[in-house]
Amino acid sequence: MGAQLRIYRRRIRSVKATKKITKAMELISASRIVKAQQRVNASTPYANELTRAVTAVASFASVDHPLTSFEPNPKRAAVLLITADRGMAGAYSSSAIKEGDQLIAALRQRGLDAQVYIVGRKGVSYYKFRDRAIAQSWTGISDNPTYAAAREIGQELIKAFIADSATDPDGVAELHVVYTEFRSMVTQEALAKRMLPLEVVESTGPAGLLPMYEFEPTAESVLDALLPKYVEARIYNALLQSAASEHAARRRAMKSATDNADELIKSFTRRANAARQAEITQEISEIVGGADALASAMAGSE
Amino acid sequence: MALRVEVVTPEKKIFSGEASMVRARTLEGDLGILPGHTSLLGVLVDGEVIIKETSGQSTTFMINGGFLSVNNNRVSILGESSN
Repeated sequence: MGAQLRIYRRRIRSVKATKKITKAMELISASRIVKAQQRVNASTPYANELTRAVTAVASFASVDHPLTSFEPNPKRAAVLLITADRGMAGAYSSSAIKEGDQLIAALRQRGLDAQVYIVGRKGVSYYKFRDRAIAQSWTGISDNPTYAAAREIGQELIKAFIADSATDPDGVAELHVVYTEFRSMVTQEALAKRMLPLEVVESTGPAGLLPMYEFEPTAESVLDALLPKYVEARIYNALLQSAASEHAARRRAMKSATDNADELIKSFTRRANAARQAEITQEISEIVGGADALASAMAGSE
Repeated sequence: MALRVEVVTPEKKIFSGEASMVRARTLEGDLGILPGHTSLLGVLVDGEVIIKETSGQSTTFMINGGFLSVNNNRVSILGESSN
């Protein structure tokens, strides 16, 4: 077997091995998307109820709460950036990071410093490599986020938010979250949203006119207890959506890797066949040439 | 007339059904809700939520911190965790 042919065969083998891996990853991600989607759906009733309640209390005009009010001289804003723990997901993490960079630039134009909180190893390594400051980071949760993780992040952010940004170096005046919204299996979009001061998002559930609620014990204490939960639920939802998007992005990336492997195998097989044929042709012409030379040498000697 | 009751946690919906009465513990003490109750938003403390279903059966949940919202005979109980 010729050297050329051997090299082609070796490459076909290695591409085939890679293809098996990418195919497996594609299938794993495909099954995880479904699970992640179910978790998003399972968390929706809670989020809807909470949003309704927050809307009801917040539209109760007489309430003045630190979590709903704007600081007069904002100095800093917190940005929660949700990225993946692992790669192999195409542009998933980098588009979230890019969206975050745009948000930070927009904040800077308004004269605000950004304090960045990061979820996911990809975001952390991006910031570390560029020597940018990270206020706090959480890793190992992006794949399968739990409510406990969302609560921990929420408490940290609320603590920073309650501190006055004008006097406290750790205080922030705004909370933003950058996550990847899961629209469908094929569409995911990196989004930046403001969580606090309150910007109540419309719930997808049954809307309608809000009734005049009675509060037990008072509107203030209801809001006190409600808002941290609201922030946690928003973070939880962002984490879940990001997880679903991550799996969808990984599935797509792995699908195109598998397709590319197929293409490569096809073109290498063609080239290997051509090399094999060229080898045979060469051998034949060598034999024919050799026989000719022998025959003419015999004829000359006679 | 009956109450439509839902008990939800961030992770999933754990109860949904019709009830004749709901009892829950708010910051100011136990609160019973019967059909026709006025719209209410209350903060719950850790404790039991007892739902008397229209079938006569009574279901009890342990709720760790949460909310109760009543509106138009719809009762939603939002617990952070429960068992």
